[in-house]
Amino acid sequence: MTEFLTSTGAVAAFPEITLALSALALLMAGVFLKRTAYDLVNGLAILALAGVAVMVFLADTRATAFNGAFLADEFARVMKLLALLGAAVALILSTSYMKAHKLNHFEYPVLVLLATTGMMLMISANDLVSVYLGLELQSLALYVIAAFDRDNAKSSEAGLKYFVLGALSSGMLLYGASMIYGFTGTTSFPGIAAALANGEASLGLIFGLVFLIAGFAFKVSAVPFHMWTPDVYEGAPTPVTAFFAAAPKIAAMALFTRAMVAPFPSMTAEWQQIIVFISIASMALGSFAAIGQTNIKRLLAYSSIGNVGFALVGLAAGGEEGVKGVVLYMAIYLLTTLGSFACVLAMRNASGQQLEDVKDLAGLARSNKLLAFVFAMLMFSLAGIPPLAGFFAKYFVFMAAVKSGLWALAVIGVVTSVVGAFYYLRIVKVIYFDEPAAPFIPAAPEVKWVIALSGVFTLGFVLFPGPLLALAQAAARSLF
Amino acid sequence: MYYLIVFLPLLGAIIAGLAGTSLGTALRASFASPGGDTGHHHDAGHAHAAHDDHGHDHHHGPMWPAYLTTSLLFVSAILSWFAFVGVLHGAETVKVPVLSWIHSGTLSADWSFRIDTLTATMLVVVNTVSALVHLYSIGYMSHDEHQPRFFAYLSLFTFAMLMLVTSDNLVQMFFGWEGVGLASYLLIGFWYKKPTASAAAIKAFVVNRVGDFGFALGIFACFAVFGTVEFDALFAAAPSAVGKTIHFLGGDFDTLTVICLLLFMGAMGKSAQFLLHTWLPDAMEGPTPVSALIHAATMVTAGVFLVARLSPLYELAPNAQTFIVVIGAITAFFAATVGLVQNDIKRIIAYSTCSQLGYMFVAMGLGAYGIGMFHLFTHAFFKALLFLGSGSVIHAMSGEQDIRKMGALRPYMNVTWIMMLIGTLALTGFPFTAGYFSKDAILEAAFMGEGNPAHLFAFSLLLIGAFFTSFYSWRLMFMTFHGTSRADQHALEHAHESPQVMLVPLYVLAIGALVAGIVFAPFFIGHHEGEFWGSALFRAAGNEIVHAIHDAPKLVVWAPTIAMALGFGLSWLLYIKWPDIPARIAAQHEPLYKFLLNKWYVDELYDFLFVRPAMRLGHFLWKSGDGKVIDGLGPDGVSARVVDITNRVVALQSGYVYHYAFAMLIGVAALITWFMFGGAH
Repeated sequence: MTEFLTSTGAVAAFPEITLALSALALLMAGVFLKRTAYDLVNGLAILALAGVAVMVFLADTRATAFNGAFLADEFARVMKLLALLGAAVALILSTSYMKAHKLNHFEYPVLVLLATTGMMLMISANDLVSVYLGLELQSLALYVIAAFDRDNAKSSEAGLKYFVLGALSSGMLLYGASMIYGFTGTTSFPGIAAALANGEASLGLIFGLVFLIAGFAFKVSAVPFHMWTPDVYEGAPTPVTAFFAAAPKIAAMALFTRAMVAPFPSMTAEWQQIIVFISIASMALGSFAAIGQTNIKRLLAYSSIGNVGFALVGLAAGGEEGVKGVVLYMAIYLLTTLGSFACVLAMRNASGQQLEDVKDLAGLARSNKLLAFVFAMLMFSLAGIPPLAGFFAKYFVFMAAVKSGLWALAVIGVVTSVVGAFYYLRIVKVIYFDEPAAPFIPAAPEVKWVIALSGVFTLGFVLFPGPLLALAQAAARSLF
Repeated sequence: MYYLIVFLPLLGAIIAGLAGTSLGTALRASFASPGGDTGHHHDAGHAHAAHDDHGHDHHHGPMWPAYLTTSLLFVSAILSWFAFVGVLHGAETVKVPVLSWIHSGTLSADWSFRIDTLTATMLVVVNTVSALVHLYSIGYMSHDEHQPRFFAYLSLFTFAMLMLVTSDNLVQMFFGWEGVGLASYLLIGFWYKKPTASAAAIKAFVVNRVGDFGFALGIFACFAVFGTVEFDALFAAAPSAVGKTIHFLGGDFDTLTVICLLLFMGAMGKSAQFLLHTWLPDAMEGPTPVSALIHAATMVTAGVFLVARLSPLYELAPNAQTFIVVIGAITAFFAATVGLVQNDIKRIIAYSTCSQLGYMFVAMGLGAYGIGMFHLFTHAFFKALLFLGSGSVIHAMSGEQDIRKMGALRPYMNVTWIMMLIGTLALTGFPFTAGYFSKDAILEAAFMGEGNPAHLFAFSLLLIGAFFTSFYSWRLMFMTFHGTSRADQHALEHAHESPQVMLVPLYVLAIGALVAGIVFAPFFIGHHEGEFWGSALFRAAGNEIVHAIHDAPKLVVWAPTIAMALGFGLSWLLYIKWPDIPARIAAQHEPLYKFLLNKWYVDELYDFLFVRPAMRLGHFLWKSGDGKVIDGLGPDGVSARVVDITNRVVALQSGYVYHYAFAMLIGVAALITWFMFGGAH
């Protein structure tokens, strides 16, 4: 056993292995305990995520496993920590909701753990095969939890749509991967980079790259591969949506970044063009389409499309600066989004029903000052108003774009963020200036905690930006 | 000493303005020390009494800012008299550098004081009247809740005025010039909740802008022609510009004439000369002490001071001088005619001020700078006295300003009556009062100014003006204090003599009005004139007008006094002897009466010529320019397009999976097409 672990280098993948084993153990526990299982399994799952996070934090960096298909470096460490945080918070947020909606089945935390395992594999993937493996492990779990409220037509529809389109995108990704393999003769990232180092990229290889990117773009929900996002976000149960908006986005963005930077440094000019295009398209669509939304979850779906567009600005800029921007953007995005969904979860009327309409927020400032304030701050942050955290997220990606000469991209980004500011500010306006609607009942305690912490982060980032900036810097450096 | 004179009022203004007002209260409250001083906190939103002077006796601000600013002003005033006595028998021009200010290219302007006789005279006038007005205001404003703000403004004004008169260059003078304009605006609109007061404040500001525009152009022209704005350098360079021309408004004109006329335009605005006079009567909306200080004794004389200060330039521009004589004479005559029929006690005095300023300018235009300054000096005393006296009347009558609703007030306020009487005598030029010396000297100078038809024209108008002045002044006295009472019974019940704090300034000013002429005439215009003025005023060779007045024919010397006596007699006949005649005269000559009552329709003319076209232009730019074009293409248009785009984008989201899949495939196809046919690789 020990010999196997050392010979394959599986030590580096210890956290992933632990998480997978935890998931299986919890599944067994759930099956045998049945009735009371949900609380226990949920609690243990959160503990498992926390424990794995500690392992990730303490683990060696710059270690490879499985013949180089798995790479644990500083970048992977930071992104895994973010993904684990997103998954854990999503589980915490779901506790009361699942019970209130009779969805407290123990399978849900287990599926989240499996999906998270997939994400960690994605983040550490250093080979096209492990890319696909991680991606599918994650996606299959996500398809199921999207349709977790299976008696609800919308939820089932969401799961099905996500599955069908996800399958299509996986097909494209595989097709692209096979073409790249065909032209370079290897699936490992360093191998591809070495094979491409001399000589010009052929058109076939570019085809492969386009398909590969299409697959990634689907996962990060970048335009024009975003169409599933609003429907799934609206249809899935709200804690699931919070999960979707947080952890998988981190993993997919990490994968996207590594899969561009590591194997294709010599084709930067090509993939940069594609990313600039989907980045602009995402920012523009995210901003414009969100204006027309009345459902807050749908609105946040478009918001996340737009945010991905902004993060891609950093990737398009490339280089250490750009990647640093991406990491920072995703970190701030994660915390802001979790807070926003926590606020959405707090929208419950007197009969305990979950509300999802923007106009239900009317006059919130008069019935619940604190919730209104944090919600407004989160919206201001998403709109990129200084001195809130969201401003710095945008600032660093735009600076990276400007430094690498992508003036037009930065300008378009700023313009679309102005358009986007409209719908964020409209929510603030509804909260503060509209005639009050019926007040909400008090939120569940765990939801309150998440709201409070994300509020503190959003407001406090400007005071203590150092640690996060240092992490992002270290993560970006390890990629080059 | 000069530092103290100039900066003490500023100190008072800052302390009173920041610590004494509700701003200070707010600051203190925000840094609240336990048990802090909140006793004086007053509700800023409290509905302010809209009528003039009598607020009800509810809470008002703390008293200490009033005492503080008044004390500082008295120190300043006493120091000013020391400075003045020091220059009585001639003095060199003293320069006191303060600090370096603007150095840009060849332009350099530093803060420094230029102290000579001219400045010392102004220091005395400004600080004395200001100190007395401060003192008077303690009583007059005692019911006002915003009293600290009032005193802060008054002191700020005084500082700006001192900056103006002590300036050593045109830029510093402009600073003071604008500073007094600002303070005047703030004080006219002191009761900002009263719409007419706000409107009057804006009007004063806007009309002064017209003048200041000319003044600024004048400064620019000086710099463009001479390359300096320092007075000494300017005066030294001026003779070299004689006979040269400057390109201005598409034509070539005599350089010095253009500069002098532009600068005079500023003086016309500030000193309310004909065409730019319209703001002064409206400025009477401000508290009465303000009218006395700013709109009678000091600020409005800034224009006169400007011409005197720049006498080396004006002496070289005879055409500009003639223009000044004509404008001054017309103003003196015009304002006097309007004053004949006004019924508001303060407006009558305001027109009288306007008219007297015209006299001063005539003197300036004649080259008799000493005489003009002398009239400025004496006028400050008796006009401030008249204003403060009328303030006392208004105070007693619970804010009533219409003399038709007064009459027979003398028994109620004997002291005020005496004070007003002294003021009236001095204004009308009763022998040996202050006005007798200064005003008669102007008339004599106008008569003796040889060879220029404008001078005779001025003399005639001024003489008629003197007759009118006497008439309306006595009309004011008779209608207010004598005859039968037409007052509101309710107001009469409260009529009372003013408190000592208001009367003491009146005594001091009354003494000034009586003796300032006889005491200082030898210095300003008499035998010591030469040594007194020294180098402060410049007269071109051959300008002997100040000495020429001593040779004026006897009839000319007596003419103003005769005019005064006639005015008094006519006034007595019409308002005491046969009080029903004025109404019949007015009815018989209604067009003339209306013409005068409506102030020659100048306001209406401006309304037609400037205000309404400007409003129309503004309306056009607002509705069509801004609303349709800028908003239409800008914010409104953009937001409408955003909504359009949004609607289309949202329509894409059909909910059908095959649409979504199609979009993905189209995306991939588009990217591949791009790389096959267009992409850079």
